[in-house]
Amino acid sequence: MDLSFSPEDEAFRREVHEFIANNYPERLKGKNRREFSEREDFLAWQKVLYKKGWVAPLWPKEYGGTGWSITQRYIFNEECARAETPQLLAFGLSMVGPVIYTFGNEAQKKRFLPGILSAEDWWCQGYSEPGSGSDLASLRTRAVREGDHYIVNGQKTWTTLAQYADWIFCLVRTDPNVKQQEGISFLLIDMKTPGITVKPIILMDGAHEVNEVFFDNVKVPAENLIGEENKGWTYAKFLLVNERSGIAGVARSKKQIERLKEIATSETVDGTPLIGTDEFARKIAELEIDLTALEFTELRTLAQEAKGKHAGPESSILKIKGTEVQQRITELTLEAVGYYAFPYARAFGDNEFPPGPDYAVGQSGTYFNMRKTSIYGGSNEIQRNIIAKAVLGL
Amino acid sequence: MDFSYSEEQTLLRNSVAKFLADHYDFESYKKISRSEAGWSRSVWKQFAELGLMAAPLPEEFGGLGGGAVDTMIIMEEFGRALVVEPFASTVVVGGGFLRHGGSAAQKEKWLSKIADGSTVMAFAFAEPEGRYNFADLTTTAKRNGSGYTLNGQKAVVLNAPHADVLIVSARTAGGRRDTKGVSVFLVDRNAKGVSTRDYPTIDGQRASEISFDNVDLPAEALLGTVDEGLGLIERVTDEAIAAHTAEAAGAMKVLLDTTVEYTKTRKQFGVPIGKFQVLQHRMVDMFIQAEQTTSMALMVTLKLDEGETERKKAASAAKVQLGKGGRFVGQQAVQLHGGMGMTDELNVGHYFKRLALLDTLYGNVDHHLKRYAALSD
Ligand SMILES: Cc1cc2nc3c(=O)[nH]c(=O)nc-3n(C[C@H](O)[C@H](O)[C@H](O)COP(=O)(O)OP(=O)(O)OC[C@H]3O[C@@H](n4cnc5c(N)ncnc54)[C@H](O)[C@@H]3O)c2cc1C
Repeated sequence: MDLSFSPEDEAFRREVHEFIANNYPERLKGKNRREFSEREDFLAWQKVLYKKGWVAPLWPKEYGGTGWSITQRYIFNEECARAETPQLLAFGLSMVGPVIYTFGNEAQKKRFLPGILSAEDWWCQGYSEPGSGSDLASLRTRAVREGDHYIVNGQKTWTTLAQYADWIFCLVRTDPNVKQQEGISFLLIDMKTPGITVKPIILMDGAHEVNEVFFDNVKVPAENLIGEENKGWTYAKFLLVNERSGIAGVARSKKQIERLKEIATSETVDGTPLIGTDEFARKIAELEIDLTALEFTELRTLAQEAKGKHAGPESSILKIKGTEVQQRITELTLEAVGYYAFPYARAFGDNEFPPGPDYAVGQSGTYFNMRKTSIYGGSNEIQRNIIAKAVLGL
Repeated sequence: MDFSYSEEQTLLRNSVAKFLADHYDFESYKKISRSEAGWSRSVWKQFAELGLMAAPLPEEFGGLGGGAVDTMIIMEEFGRALVVEPFASTVVVGGGFLRHGGSAAQKEKWLSKIADGSTVMAFAFAEPEGRYNFADLTTTAKRNGSGYTLNGQKAVVLNAPHADVLIVSARTAGGRRDTKGVSVFLVDRNAKGVSTRDYPTIDGQRASEISFDNVDLPAEALLGTVDEGLGLIERVTDEAIAAHTAEAAGAMKVLLDTTVEYTKTRKQFGVPIGKFQVLQHRMVDMFIQAEQTTSMALMVTLKLDEGETERKKAASAAKVQLGKGGRFVGQQAVQLHGGMGMTDELNVGHYFKRLALLDTLYGNVDHHLKRYAALSD
């Protein structure tokens, strides 16, 4: 056991660092901490990584992965977080991609994997419904087989960034007469198909980030079914485990804590930097300690995975602690900026500077918005239920 | 000891509650807070007609002779309805400065205008770098003949866009952060040299950045004793903290009720989610926080006229409870509503945001813990 990096690892770190420095898209410069608003903002960085062959470190090499060791993945994440590159959209790369290469047929792999890697296809996740959130298996969107098509009727909701999506992967009910989990299928649907309507939902911070998606007699080719009919729940759960560990975001949180420290150094209390006050210094220390524990928990999990043991219910720890740390960072940032948390940043135009220091802009919105992380990806209550049941045997 | 409300106070609560139920539901709140002006002058007039501005003010100046308990009652109801009209800044803060610091002539001139709703005031105390220390001032008022010349910048002045009169803290002597040398002035918002940049706040209110560029102030603009304004500011803002604690208690109760109601009707796994014990306990903890905040609002309200140390400790204690309780209740209300709690459509997020703002206003939890501890030495 050893914590140090080998000379090869250090060389790899320099390579990644230089690559980012030389290839970071011009259009994103100076924009990274502000809201990405346009479709292209999200994709610009992914396209750069794609060209380099670094877009999917988690994928097996044969499908376009990098073949990196855990250490290399760790270094890569750190360097990206340090440079504050935009997070890649998880829906294609971390969610449906692995489902397709694990459970899909050859034709599906050929048809869909390249578009996911190249960012040509934007995917969104059609799991939740108005009546089915935590109790996902109760979902009611219906797909009925008619010849070589399915006819889909129903509604999905909370669909993140569906307004930009080319494709949606959906859980649909194909058999209403069996146990809930046994009548669900996993279907890939082209968002341009007639009968699909997308309606925005505005979140409390003012963001248009999620949507309702309605299906009215939507005709989907049967070849877009993943795996077997009525076996969708198995694929859905496989995906959820990936989604959960993906939410931990350790490297990003480290960077955010660095930012918080910078802010707390600029902000002063009676002439001393806020970071020099006992109470704030302790709060930051506590946060860092929590994150360190999480980092090592994640590394332990990854080490297990490297030995071929697929992450199980333990991934719920990563989801719970990861989101708690992220939320705490935004809480402390809000505290740090004081009264300049009050201006509503979205009320200002693109070329207007909201009042207060630049680092304060939009921090309250981020705090409000990040409350979502303990709700989505399976709420933190549900994660605790999973651990209670599947790990502790309660 | 007697915690019962008088007949007048009960009537007051009922009439405020009824008015708000009829004229200030959540949809009205959204409409008003999103309008160009960001508040409703007609609602403000109706508040005046109901006697709300007059309620806590002295009778000799057009008030109804109530007091801090009346303010508490009104503010709790306002908290329930997310009212954005500038009651606290005008009646509690403006009225407070005049009652405790105003000369006979100033009281005569302004209190009746506050009582009848014809004047709106905002309190310009914060500065870009002053944080929560009222004495950390770079704004200056220099003697100029019999009056003063005001220069400087104020940050995030709540309700300033609606105000006719600004109450401005400035340094008249001493160095930055000296406790002596702070003075308070009444400034016409439209005076020459006053410029404002107005904007909406996260919780649907309005605020301004204000700069004062050689603003001439007559001698009668001074409120209280020159250089001795800090004590006055603390007294008035302690009263404002009492009022906002009541407001926060009102907001928390709505969040609690809404959440309890929601978890009774929202079904997952075939049962109302309120049946899950983990959520039950969470709601019990929300209930406890709302109750503790209500208690603290009452406590500080009843201690406002005690000795200085007692009053300050009471206000800081209440503010700590407001901050901690508000954060917990706000966050959990969102959490227990699931995705719905995140939306702009539901009222939950709006109360959560108001509570976040109140947590910071006049100093956050850390600031008041420190103030309390220092007073307990
Ligand atoms: C910003 C955002 C983005 C999202 N993006 C997507 C997306 O792209 N695609 C998608 O499919 N979905 C998405 N979701 C939906 C998300 O997965 C659901 O919100 C989540 O599963 C919770 O479901 P719900 O909102 O219906 O809440 P509910 O399931 O109604 O839960 C309400 C509350 O009850 C609690 N609860 C429920 N059951 C139990 C239990 N058994 N024990 C204890 N507590 C319980 C929950 O923890 C929660 O606190 C998103 C949500 C948000 C907020």
